[in-house]
Amino acid sequence: MATRSDIAASPVKGGAAPGRTPGSPAGKEDRRRAKLSRRWQRDARWSPYAFVSPFFLLFAAFGLFPLIYTGWASLHQVELTAPTDMNWVGLKNYTRIFDDDFFWNAAQNTLTIGVISTVPQLMIAMGIAHILNYKLRASTFWRVAMLAPYATSIAAATLVFVLLFGRDYGMINWALGAVGIDPIGWQDDKWPGQIAVSTIIIWRWTGYNALIYLAAMQAIPQDLYESAALDGASRWRQFLHVTLPSLRPTILFTVVVSTIGASQVFGEPLLFDPNKGASGGAEHQFQTLGLYLYEQGWVNQHLGRASAIAWTMFAILIVIGIINQLISRRLRASS
Amino acid sequence: MTTTATPPETPIVKEQKRSRLPKSARAGGTLHGGPLAYVILTVFTLVSLFPLVWTAIAASRDNQRLAENPPPFWFGSNLFKNLEIAWQDANLGEAFLNTTIVAGISAATIVVLSTIAGFAFAKLRFKGRNALMLLVIGTMMVPPQLSIIPLYMMVAKLDWTDQLQAVIFPSLVSAFGVFFMRQYLLQALPDEVIEAARVDGASSWRVVWHVVFPAARPAMAVLGMLMFVQAWNDFLWPFLVLTQTGNPTVQVAVAGLGRGYTPDQSLIMAGALLGTLPLLLVFAIFGKQIVGGIMQGAVKG
Repeated sequence: MATRSDIAASPVKGGAAPGRTPGSPAGKEDRRRAKLSRRWQRDARWSPYAFVSPFFLLFAAFGLFPLIYTGWASLHQVELTAPTDMNWVGLKNYTRIFDDDFFWNAAQNTLTIGVISTVPQLMIAMGIAHILNYKLRASTFWRVAMLAPYATSIAAATLVFVLLFGRDYGMINWALGAVGIDPIGWQDDKWPGQIAVSTIIIWRWTGYNALIYLAAMQAIPQDLYESAALDGASRWRQFLHVTLPSLRPTILFTVVVSTIGASQVFGEPLLFDPNKGASGGAEHQFQTLGLYLYEQGWVNQHLGRASAIAWTMFAILIVIGIINQLISRRLRASS
Repeated sequence: MTTTATPPETPIVKEQKRSRLPKSARAGGTLHGGPLAYVILTVFTLVSLFPLVWTAIAASRDNQRLAENPPPFWFGSNLFKNLEIAWQDANLGEAFLNTTIVAGISAATIVVLSTIAGFAFAKLRFKGRNALMLLVIGTMMVPPQLSIIPLYMMVAKLDWTDQLQAVIFPSLVSAFGVFFMRQYLLQALPDEVIEAARVDGASSWRVVWHVVFPAARPAMAVLGMLMFVQAWNDFLWPFLVLTQTGNPTVQVAVAGLGRGYTPDQSLIMAGALLGTLPLLLVFAIFGKQIVGGIMQGAVKG
């Protein structure tokens, strides 16, 4: 009696069950069984909610509520020294940051660091995944080895790269010097600084993304390759016309995840700053929005203004999310 | 209990897929890699590992040697001396203990809650299920960084600065975890097994305990490791509420070493090395499972 439909379709039945119980063959059963079955139904009906509620309660408390409250705080003057005193100032925090050149500088840096770090990262990851998809000796070794950077924390990785990128004694300038290139001020100049910060991000995440692409490649049906091969397509053309199109949803997924990650970059530029401040270099040359938020909130002690920055970032992410939705809908429609 | 279907030992999708296909039918995946493939992989692996090896090299030298050209390419003799000093200077003993507590509680809680919620989303039908699942996926897109200001205000109000619970509480849920367990249980837990338990009169909680947990064990282990790594390496939030001298996590201690005014670079490298070694060890031992977990989580992502 208690079969698949009870488990699989309890919500539909949940509505219909009360009307059905009296008329069902259980009519002659004793009360104990009726009671048991009522308890059983209550269990089947409500336990799913009990199972998912801890997640939602904790998320509401530590994710959603703070996110919304950030919007409220962004309309107030709140200082780090007295975080519970809030004075209503309307949109003043927003006008203040939009008037601040360093905000636009940080927004621009976030964008350029995002592009410099994401595009090469995903392209290299795609190439590596393609190679990993061959039958290889020691395939587990290669996969684990390329995850080592993922196991390394931002703090540890950045501190090492600070030394490697050192202007006078760093290994990278030394190697460049060997081919006749003058020392580059990685921590002092704008583009070198952004490239260096992006390098740390690329180093940490390329192997991880390669595994994600590899997983998607292995899910591509082999007959697609066979028919392409029968049509005389070279391996390069197979990659272009079979692999890449099949990976489109995965590529979109990694682009979105990397974009969100890029919008949050914080630790790398913080620790890469030779002055150990929060300005992202002496000229703010690699200060990201995440770092700018920290500087406003915790160095300049304006939590209200920092909240306005957070909500501005949130708005940007919503726009990215909408664009993502539009693209993936088109992808689905075209395939 | 019914043991009609045992879950696969490792959650690696790849292996299951491959074994089903006859060898001749596989074009892309079975082509042997040529020498060029190995050359590229070797270069990539060297680039991946070099900064870590060089951390150890720099940690084994002294500050003076790091201010000379060319930079050192091989180990010196100061490794253990530097590790010892860094251990004390950066308060690393306490930091290790703290991080183990934080990451352990965070990972264990996430695993249990995600398994239960993932089971409900994968195998139970209830009103609003799809909408709630979409909500879970939506929350994955919201970075936690945007919530730190009110959390910080909360911590200040509760006077939790420099206390571990300030780091633990916000780290107890993961939307990724729910999604991950749902994907796993969809394929690893046959409906018949749940039905059989239900016919035997088991309540939902008994089903979770006696059927879902055993079936989910491999994925729970992988998720636990991924979440442990994430909590271990978490930087921004611990950096805001903990201080190097108070009650640091490893990342706070290591960053404090770098941002402090220690002029000795070899000591900073020694601290960075110490902070990284435990996870490298975990990856060396469980690398295969972690790789499988990342790929498993990706396939339907």
